[in-house]
Amino acid sequence: MSTAQLDTPRLDFASSPINRELTPERKIDLFRQMIRIRRFEQTALKFYNAGKMGGFLHLYIGQESVAVGTISLKEENDHFITAYRDHGHAIALGMGMNECMAEMYGKQTGCSKGKGGSMHFFAPDKGFWGGHGIVGGQTPLGLGLAYGLKYLNKEGCCLCYLGDGAVNQGAFHESLNLASLFNLPVVYVIENNGYSMGTSQKRSSAYRGCLAQRAEGYDMEWDVIDGSDIYEVRAKTHIAMERARKEQKPCILEIATYRYYGHSVADANAKKYRTPEEIENYKQNHDPITLFRRRLVSEGVLTEEQADAISKEAQDEAAASARFAEESPAPTAADIMTDVYWETDNNTEASKTGWHFFND
Amino acid sequence: MSRTLTYREALREGLDEELARDPNVVLLGEEVAQYNGAYKVTEGLWKKWGDKRIVDTPISEAGFIGMGIGASMLGVRPVMELMFWSFHSVAFDQLVNNAACVRYMSGGLINCPIVMRGPANGGTNVGATHSHIPEGLFAAFPGLKVCAPATPADAKGLIKAAIRDNDPVYVMENTLLYGTTGEVPDPAEGDYVVPLGKADIKREGKDISLIAHGRSVIHALAAAETLQTEHGISAEVVDLRSIRPLDVDTILASVKKTNRVVLVDESKPFGGVSAMVATLIQEHAFDYLDAPIKRVCTIDAPAIYSPHIENEQLPNPRRIVEKVRTFF
Ligand SMILES: Cc1ncc(C[n+]2csc(CCOP(=O)(O)OP(=O)(O)O)c2C)c(N)n1
Repeated sequence: MSTAQLDTPRLDFASSPINRELTPERKIDLFRQMIRIRRFEQTALKFYNAGKMGGFLHLYIGQESVAVGTISLKEENDHFITAYRDHGHAIALGMGMNECMAEMYGKQTGCSKGKGGSMHFFAPDKGFWGGHGIVGGQTPLGLGLAYGLKYLNKEGCCLCYLGDGAVNQGAFHESLNLASLFNLPVVYVIENNGYSMGTSQKRSSAYRGCLAQRAEGYDMEWDVIDGSDIYEVRAKTHIAMERARKEQKPCILEIATYRYYGHSVADANAKKYRTPEEIENYKQNHDPITLFRRRLVSEGVLTEEQADAISKEAQDEAAASARFAEESPAPTAADIMTDVYWETDNNTEASKTGWHFFND
Repeated sequence: MSRTLTYREALREGLDEELARDPNVVLLGEEVAQYNGAYKVTEGLWKKWGDKRIVDTPISEAGFIGMGIGASMLGVRPVMELMFWSFHSVAFDQLVNNAACVRYMSGGLINCPIVMRGPANGGTNVGATHSHIPEGLFAAFPGLKVCAPATPADAKGLIKAAIRDNDPVYVMENTLLYGTTGEVPDPAEGDYVVPLGKADIKREGKDISLIAHGRSVIHALAAAETLQTEHGISAEVVDLRSIRPLDVDTILASVKKTNRVVLVDESKPFGGVSAMVATLIQEHAFDYLDAPIKRVCTIDAPAIYSPHIENEQLPNPRRIVEKVRTFF
C-alpha cells in the first residue's frame, strides 16, 4: 500500500463488531500497550547507545499497532511467532519489561537467561514462540505451531509475523503451499514497513500489486490493512483468526506500517534510503499511537491528562527495567553449557551416558 | 528369543511400536504414506495408522522440516523422513538454526523433540549430489544429537531412543544396510531401546582397535576376520552407534587395551567424525598409544559415480586390512 493509498478516506472500523465490544478500559489498555512498547524501546535505544548492550537492536517504533492490535485478539489456544524485530510482540503478549531489558543486557534475569538477546525473546507460557534471526526462517515454524494445534485437536490459530523482505524467501512460499494443502490455521502477517534494510519494496518484489496477493497462487484468502488504525487492524485480523480457528483456513494479511528508525541501530544508511519528508509524513499523519490517542480523546474515553499520565508511567516502568537489568548478575561461564541438551540440564540417567560437550 | 529381521524391518518395527506407545508420534515425509516409503521403511504404516499419523508431504524440505520443528515445540513428536540426507542442504537453515538453537536461545524454555531420519551413504552409484554423508557436519552443531546404526537391532533400538528423546535427533541410516539381516530381540521380551551415547564392542580383540560407525562397522568386522585368519592379528571393533553424544569412555578403554587405532569413517576426512575421535584419543590416551592414529575414510573428493571405482573411494575391508598391516 502506498502513502497515496493511505491518504484516501477510509472506512470507520470502530463500529465493527469486535471493536464495538471494547470497553473504555480495554481501549485505554490498547493505548497503554502501544505506549509501553514505544517507551521501552526508546529507553533501550538510550542504553544501547550508552554501550550497555551488545548485538543488534531492531526497533519496532512506528509499528506498535500491529503487535498490539493483533495480539489483543488472542484466545487461549492462539500462538505467536515473529522475526528479530520482536520487542513489540513480546510486550504485547505480556512479557515483563524487566525480563526483556535484562535479556538485552545479557543478564541472567533475562527471559532467555542472556542466551538469546534482543532478537530472541521467548515466552511459550504466553503463547510466544519467539523472535527468530533468519529472515523468513520462522515461517515454517509458525506453520508447525498451527499443525500442532490441529494435530492436538485444539481450536486455535497461529499468527506468524514477517517483513516485506521476508516474502521473497523460498521457505515462506513452501509454507504457504503447505498451509493451504494441509488446511492449517496459520495467519501470516506481513508487517510491510516498506523496506528490508535499505531496500525498498519496489526494489525487492517483482509483483507491483500488494504482497498479500501472492496468497492467490496458493488458493488462500488475503487482505490488506492500514496499520495506522488499530481498529482496522483488529477488525480485519479478527476475521482472519476466526476463519483459521473455525475453518482451519490459512491466510495472509498485509499490514501497511512504517519504522521511524533505521533497520537496526547499526544501520548507518538509515537516513539515505528514505527522504526526511517521507519519514515526517508518517510521523505526522500515520503514527498509530498519536492517531489512537486523538481518537480516544474524541470518543471521550481518555483525557489528555490521563494520556500523559499513562505515557509517564510507561516511561518510569521502562527506566526501572533498565535499572533492574543493570543491577542483575551476568551469566557465569558454567551457564554457557546449560540449555543445550535436555538431559544434561535434567540430570537423568541418560546424562551420564556419552559425552555431550567437547571442551578441555 | 530373537528373530532375524532386515534393517528396514527393524526400523519399521521400532516406528510402529512408538506410534502405538505415544499418540503424539507422527511420521512425515515425501512418499512415506501412500507410496509406502521410498525405501519401504514405512511400508504398511499408513494403512495401519491412517492419514493423521502418517503424512505425505510435498517436495519441500525447508517447509515441512520447519513445520515439524514448530510442531515439536508444541509437544507433537514428529519423525521426518529425508529421502536422502543429501537433501539436507535444502533445509539446512531449519536443521541448524531452528532445531539446534531454539532450546538454547530460549534459555531452556522450549524443547524440540523431533527426529530426522533417512539414508546417508555412498556406494550406490548415484553420484556426488546423492552421496553426501553429513553426520560429522551435524554433530558439529551443539544442540543436535546424531546416531548411525549399523545393525538391525541397533536400528530398532536407536530409532526408539531417538523418538523418546527431548532434543532433535538425526538418525543416519544407510540404503545399503536396509536389506541386511540380523538378530533383533522379540517384542514379547520387553521394550528394546538402545540408549543414545552408548558405543558397542562388536568384536573383542587385543592388538588393535578398529573404531567405526554405520556401514563402516560391517567393513571393519570383515577386515577383522581377515586379519585374524590370514595374519594372526586380533582386532577389536568398536561401533560408535551414536556420534553425539559420543561414548568417549568406551573408545578410550579400547585404546588403552590395544594401544593401536585405525578409525574407519565413511564421512569425509576433513572435519569428519574420525577427525574428532582422533583428537579425543590423543588428548586423553596419548600415553597409551604405541603408534600414530591412522584413518580409513572416504577419499577426499565428491562421490564418484563410476560403479567400477566407487567402492574404492569408500572404506572397504581391503583398505582397512592394508592400513592395519602398516603397523605389523
Ligand atoms: C536469511 C537472511 N538473510 C539476510 C539477513 C540479514 N537481514 C536481517 S533483517 C533483513 C531485512 C529484512 O527485512 P524485512 O523482512 O522487510 O523485515 P523488517 O526488518 O522490515 O522488519 C536482512 C537483510 C538475515 N537475517 N537472514
